[in-house]
Amino acid sequence: MPKLTIDGTEIEVEAGMTILQAAETIGIEIPRFCYHERLAVAGNCRMCLVEVEKMPKPVASCAMPVGEGMVVHTSNANVRKARQGVMEFLLINHPLDCPICDQGGECDLQDQAMAYGGDRGRYQEEKRSVEDKDYGPLIQTWMTRCIQCTRCIRFISEIAGTPVLGGLGRSEHLEIGRYVGAAVSSELSGNLIDLCPVGALTNKPASYTYRAWELKKTESVDAMDALGSAIRVDTRGNEVIRILPRVNDDINEEWLSDRSRFAVDGLKRQRLDRAYVRKDGKLVATSWNDAFAAIAAKVNGLAGNKIAAITGGQTDVETMQAFKDLFAVLGSPHIDCRPEGSKLWPGNRAGYLFNSTIAGIEQADALLIVGSNPRIEAPVLNARLRKRWLKGGFKAAVIGPKTDLTFKHDYLGDQASILADIASGNHPFFEVLKNASNPAIILGQGAVNREDGAAILALASKLAEATGMIKDGWNGFNVLHTDAALVGGLDMGFVPYVGGYDTAGIVAGAAKGEISVVFLAGADEVDVKNLGNAFVVYLGTHGDAGAHRADVVLPTAAYTEKSATFVNTEGRVQRTRLAIFPPGEAKEDWKVIRALSDALGKPLAFDTVKQLRERIAATNPLLAGEGSLVAAPWAPVGIDGALTDKPLASSIDNFYQVDPISRASKTMAECTSQFGGGCGCNSKKKTGTHG
Amino acid sequence: MSNENEMTSFAFTPENLEKAKAIIAKYPAGRQQSAVMPLLDLAQRQVGWTSIAVIEAIADMLEMAPIRVQEVVTFYTMYNQRPVGQHHVQVCTNICCLLTGSDGVAQVAKDTLGLDWGETTADGMFTLSEVECLGACVNAPMMQINDDYYEGLTPDSTKSVLEAIKRGETPKTGPQDGRQFSAPAGGPTTLGELTFGTEKA
Repeated sequence: MPKLTIDGTEIEVEAGMTILQAAETIGIEIPRFCYHERLAVAGNCRMCLVEVEKMPKPVASCAMPVGEGMVVHTSNANVRKARQGVMEFLLINHPLDCPICDQGGECDLQDQAMAYGGDRGRYQEEKRSVEDKDYGPLIQTWMTRCIQCTRCIRFISEIAGTPVLGGLGRSEHLEIGRYVGAAVSSELSGNLIDLCPVGALTNKPASYTYRAWELKKTESVDAMDALGSAIRVDTRGNEVIRILPRVNDDINEEWLSDRSRFAVDGLKRQRLDRAYVRKDGKLVATSWNDAFAAIAAKVNGLAGNKIAAITGGQTDVETMQAFKDLFAVLGSPHIDCRPEGSKLWPGNRAGYLFNSTIAGIEQADALLIVGSNPRIEAPVLNARLRKRWLKGGFKAAVIGPKTDLTFKHDYLGDQASILADIASGNHPFFEVLKNASNPAIILGQGAVNREDGAAILALASKLAEATGMIKDGWNGFNVLHTDAALVGGLDMGFVPYVGGYDTAGIVAGAAKGEISVVFLAGADEVDVKNLGNAFVVYLGTHGDAGAHRADVVLPTAAYTEKSATFVNTEGRVQRTRLAIFPPGEAKEDWKVIRALSDALGKPLAFDTVKQLRERIAATNPLLAGEGSLVAAPWAPVGIDGALTDKPLASSIDNFYQVDPISRASKTMAECTSQFGGGCGCNSKKKTGTHG
Repeated sequence: MSNENEMTSFAFTPENLEKAKAIIAKYPAGRQQSAVMPLLDLAQRQVGWTSIAVIEAIADMLEMAPIRVQEVVTFYTMYNQRPVGQHHVQVCTNICCLLTGSDGVAQVAKDTLGLDWGETTADGMFTLSEVECLGACVNAPMMQINDDYYEGLTPDSTKSVLEAIKRGETPKTGPQDGRQFSAPAGGPTTLGELTFGTEKA
């Protein structure tokens, strides 16, 4: 390990580190624009110049590996002068529009010009101006502000895997641009905004609505997909302005999917802000008490097995516990947290988790993806798979939808029978898995949300055991969830009791009149039109499908408006933080259920969220610790059965509109009309401008 | 000359395909992208310019993103992004040529051909382009017409070269000011009285 001296401090660092990284280990920050620790080194902005003794010129520390005996100065007079010169050059063509720039206040160029720049410029000539580019409805471009650090080009090529951006032209005429006719439609495109060190790429939906210093920042957890990415919710007053990713190397590194980031306007539109009761066929706004009275009139005196509850994709653990307790008191066995008919079942936790963990999937060297399109179901995870593939020595194959996953894979077909072939060893991919040191399988919801879901689970489980996916220190059996709620629901055991109906059974029972009251907690994926004459109580945030069918609507809080527990697809228990208050009279879901239990004359045994969480911890100790991740012991899963010939597909058909929030979002609707359902970014796509 | 909107597809002719394969084979397996520049040149010699169709065909062939090929095409002025005339007159206006009078060369070229930068004559014979350094600084100012360099130009010699081409002649290439390649102007300045051993008086 080379020893070197940086600013008088002697340190020993790993060989291959750059001077910039070495300096960071002892807390010396070197300014930079183009360098980013998760992207390839470009070395083109020259801001990170340092002086190394015996070298004739200042060197770019981001690209210079450390050497034995180097003596580095990071802030002597020479270095300061060099940086000041670089800054002066950068500012030559950069407009002085900070007062109207959205990046103002959180701009690397602004900050570094203050810290390292001169106090005046000497440039008198015309500045260069660059035509803005159309990057779609999410990214606003101000190309004149661009300092050509090429971070966006590197991100979209390396991390997102959709190389559509490039540097076109030469020297002074160099412009960052799109390939003709290609759209910047990566599901991770919002990260370009975070990466851009200046205001060249800014948040289009939020443009001109905020200044960075006006925002209150709340660190929270995403609930728009099942990864539970770390996010920061930026709010002003009682309005979410934007959502940004936080660094969490276990889950999202520092990326965030476009739906998680840009569906925020859905939190403001079509919101349920008061209770409604249906009178003469129309929903009429009413008070909480009247709404509860209407429910009590229906429920009181009704036999327990005539009542049912289904929870939706963003229902938190607290709500499910409250519901479960209420239904235990009411004596109903009909509860289900799987509105889309998943065949996953509680008990065997390894049977429904992403066992390798999200970060751990980088250890896999052979992977079979079944019934899933990770690129639209969990774009951040897909970026990890791509990262793994880029490292080399990674064989992947897909049974399911045929799409461009941004990494090379064998497409085996879309029939479940292929999985059976592989599991029984009659398919060449069996050998690939068998010979791999860390083989893995990813089962999408598209594989378990079907009639033969249990049989597919059983096949996958057998395959996992036969190919050595289960061993000490490695469990490659992975279920990729798409809903933030499902793992928590399964951990809670929010599934029908013996003799109870699952979602399909509840709908059929309601249609037949067997079930007379159905509670839907944000469960809009249920076939609400076929609930017959059942009295539907909808707890939710948006005027979505469920609310339209409901007889009583109870407004509740979205994930940004409460502190709620979610369990992500790998089984990590995480908690959101309240960033703003729910709109109007809306209340946190568990409080609504607690109040309802009073109205029904059967008060539940908790009054505070603390008591409720203690109760949750008592029922399932795994749910007690925030942030905890406990590896699940392996046991075979699934039930042998016949396979259907229905093609395996992804459970999501439109990346941009999945849940009530994103369906209410204007931005997401625009993305849908411009980009389609995601994965539309094929650089080889023929377009109108083609030739 | 093909129109900008005409070329919808591109494929190498069988002979050129053989050449392309030979070029690709020069690079180690997996590094086939290194062949992008010679392949673009080969394609340009086949169809006259590097259209989007050319870019995509080559990107496909070398398994790289089309934008990476486009970056190369837009960097070098030698790749024509538009169809050009039979004689592509490329006048360098970089620093050495500028200092030695490329302004006059450019003006004469414009006047003689009746073109501005980037334009093509109606008969498709000439295209005039302003280009970056072509690496003949020692013989500045210079222009390149198709593959030939005309160096050491003055407004007059520029005019006579262009007029000769207009008449269908092939003017002498290289320095137009009597220099031998890039030997010093006005004859040798060193080794002038070179003598050996016993010849010394």
